[in-house]
Amino acid sequence: MSTAPAQPPGSTARPAPRLTRQRTDWSSALWTSATLLGTSFILVLLIWIVGDIVVHGLPGLSWRFVFTTPKKDFFEPGSAAVLPMVVGTTIRVLVMTIFVLPIGVITAIYLTEYAHTTSIYTRVIRSAIANLAGVPSIVFGLFGLGFFINFLGKNIDLAIGATSRFGHPSVLWASLTLAVMTLPVMVIATEESLKAITPGLREASLALGATKLQTITRIVLPNAMPGILTGAILAISRAAGEVAPILFTGAAYYMADLPTKLTDQFMDLGYHTFVLSTQSPDIDKTRPILYATVLVLLMLTFTLNAFAIVARARMRRAMRAGH
Amino acid sequence: MTHFESDLAKLKDMLLTMGSHAETAVQTALKALTERDDERARSVKDNDSVLDQFEIDVDESALLLLAKAPLARDLRLITVAMKVSQNLERVGDEATTIARRAIELNTEPQLKPYVDLPRMANIAIDMLRDALGAFVTGDAEKARRVVPRDKEVDLINKQLHRELTSFMIEKPVTISRCLHLMTISKSLERIADHATNVAEEVVFLLEAKDIRHEHPAA
Amino acid sequence: MSALQIDKTTPPAGSGQHPPGGAPLIQTRGLELFYGQTKALKGIDIDIQERLVTAFIGPSGCGKSTFLRCFNRMNDLIDGVRILGECRVGGEEIYEPDIDVIELRKRVGMVFQKSNPFPKSIYENVAYGLRLHGAKDKAALDEVVEKSLRGAALWDEVKDRLNSSALGLSGGQQQRLCIARTIAIRPEIILMDEPASALDPIATAKVEELILELKKEFTIVIVTHNMQQATRISDRTAFFYLGELIEYDQTKKIFTNPAMKQTEDYVTGRFG
Repeated sequence: MSTAPAQPPGSTARPAPRLTRQRTDWSSALWTSATLLGTSFILVLLIWIVGDIVVHGLPGLSWRFVFTTPKKDFFEPGSAAVLPMVVGTTIRVLVMTIFVLPIGVITAIYLTEYAHTTSIYTRVIRSAIANLAGVPSIVFGLFGLGFFINFLGKNIDLAIGATSRFGHPSVLWASLTLAVMTLPVMVIATEESLKAITPGLREASLALGATKLQTITRIVLPNAMPGILTGAILAISRAAGEVAPILFTGAAYYMADLPTKLTDQFMDLGYHTFVLSTQSPDIDKTRPILYATVLVLLMLTFTLNAFAIVARARMRRAMRAGH
Repeated sequence: MTHFESDLAKLKDMLLTMGSHAETAVQTALKALTERDDERARSVKDNDSVLDQFEIDVDESALLLLAKAPLARDLRLITVAMKVSQNLERVGDEATTIARRAIELNTEPQLKPYVDLPRMANIAIDMLRDALGAFVTGDAEKARRVVPRDKEVDLINKQLHRELTSFMIEKPVTISRCLHLMTISKSLERIADHATNVAEEVVFLLEAKDIRHEHPAA
Repeated sequence: MSALQIDKTTPPAGSGQHPPGGAPLIQTRGLELFYGQTKALKGIDIDIQERLVTAFIGPSGCGKSTFLRCFNRMNDLIDGVRILGECRVGGEEIYEPDIDVIELRKRVGMVFQKSNPFPKSIYENVAYGLRLHGAKDKAALDEVVEKSLRGAALWDEVKDRLNSSALGLSGGQQQRLCIARTIAIRPEIILMDEPASALDPIATAKVEELILELKKEFTIVIVTHNMQQATRISDRTAFFYLGELIEYDQTKKIFTNPAMKQTEDYVTGRFG
């Protein structure tokens, strides 16, 4: 492989250490292969799943499928359609975002900018958020039913003298339930982006005579926006596919019309997938519809995320150029 | 000791060596006069180049040390070193002048026994020795005591000047020898001045007080 | 108490007289600062004259930056800090509960060690302070921005790209931008915490030259660990050690013949 440099005869000097590698560096090679293997595995998995869905779902897609309402016997290919589910899922995700973004951001701002790091109160809040993140989704569904619908909704009805306007499943309660579920994600992502801002910037702003609030609104928040949007993206991704939280709080088996008010119930892609796979009289006939529905769900999730990703990229570019 | 501190110490050593060379030069020059020894006189002339080189070396070291931006006592040491080396080099030059004149005098018979010149020389050499001693021991008082002695030397010089002038008028044949002796006296007076300068610089180093030009000229 | 050495030209505090440098703009008496239980500043008395550059020197951890930050109450930002004693700016005690900290910080500006321009345009950086306090008129803002950038010796270099990001400037330019931003709101006092320590020699020289110009209008207090910098730009120097003020005098005295041995040792590099 490599030859020793020629030594003059009779010299007693020690040969200088060689720079060329003498043998293969086994440990480095092993690590490189292991990480490559892991990455490839994940990639393969992803391609398999998505590919499977695309390959089997694509034939089922058509303008009629996506943009019309289904008939009651939607297990049959001719009667299946997903427009109401697309609308329902989109609306509930958007409404959830409208609630979770401000609450999450404000909570995170309180925790990083105002709270005393050593107080017990702060520690309790933090552990509450961490624990909330670990609660199973079905528990959120039950919480939504018990708190939002049976307690809040029914009491609002009593207060305004209505009969079952708010005291039953609806877009509003389903979205709020999802907001509660994704709150930890939002708070943590925002906190991270707030912490990532160099403290020097806050100091500089305060030293110029800014109040804490001015510093937050003019310097901290604008620069944390990309991180906040990342939090929103994570929340959207999680919420779009969740079924358990909306099971009792708003998802309907079948609705003839599209939801028009916040108090309406709605059909949902995730829930519909569940229904198709468990309630179908003839699973072989329903399978293509099932694939197509899942494909639509994936595409919808990507699209919703895409908006947020594009907004974040634009914001980052604007910050780099200086605004 | 840091590198910088050892450089400062080397500078001090250079000055002390210069000082002892200068002292020796003056003593040898005086001996060349009193013992009418041309050999000695020539050796003083030849060795003057040593002092010249020392002055160059001290200034070069001082410059390099200044570039390191020293402060306080270190800063004062370096500026004092430059001045002291200049004064010592001039002492050497004056010793050379004395030696030259001695050689000239030795070509003629001695005019009279030398009493005042050795007296002046001894005082001047003592002043130099004390100033340098104060530098070594950091004794500002000792340095201050050197300054008033300059007056003594000035007085002897003036008196000798008067004596020799009347000599020359009485016996014009002695003019050449008298002039040489006056030059030697002047040189010794200048050596005392340089010793005074060194003492004043030492006071500045030790106390950061500038006592130059405070005492009225004799 | 501190082994205080004020030069003989400063009349005793409260005598009402103003020493040659002008009225003392900042005065502290017995100022002490605690981080929790630790005493970081131990009974400091100082008079800082207006329109002079005063330098704070001392080894790391001696409290000079902490002391500096007392003057604009930036230490308030740290949890658990307690301050005792008197601290007067322009004659007013600034640690009274009814003091408007915002107003104080408009009068006492600060430039930090690591330059921290906002991720905004150069123009917006300089205008930030003005906008904070309500300025809106574009023409007026333009004028102040130009004046401040000129005052910070930065105008010629950036006048054609005022709307580009401040983050695109070099380190030295960024620091001068931070200075422009500070002087835009025309404070009386500018505090500088090692403003040039992260800069190369040429940028440092520019900032130092700037400080010498600024001192005609502003009172400047600068913390520096570079002794030669202090000799180049300051009129008075205060030497701190372990939270105490050891010696405070004219710069030329501190650096040619300091009175305290500790000062001499520090200044000649024998410790610290």
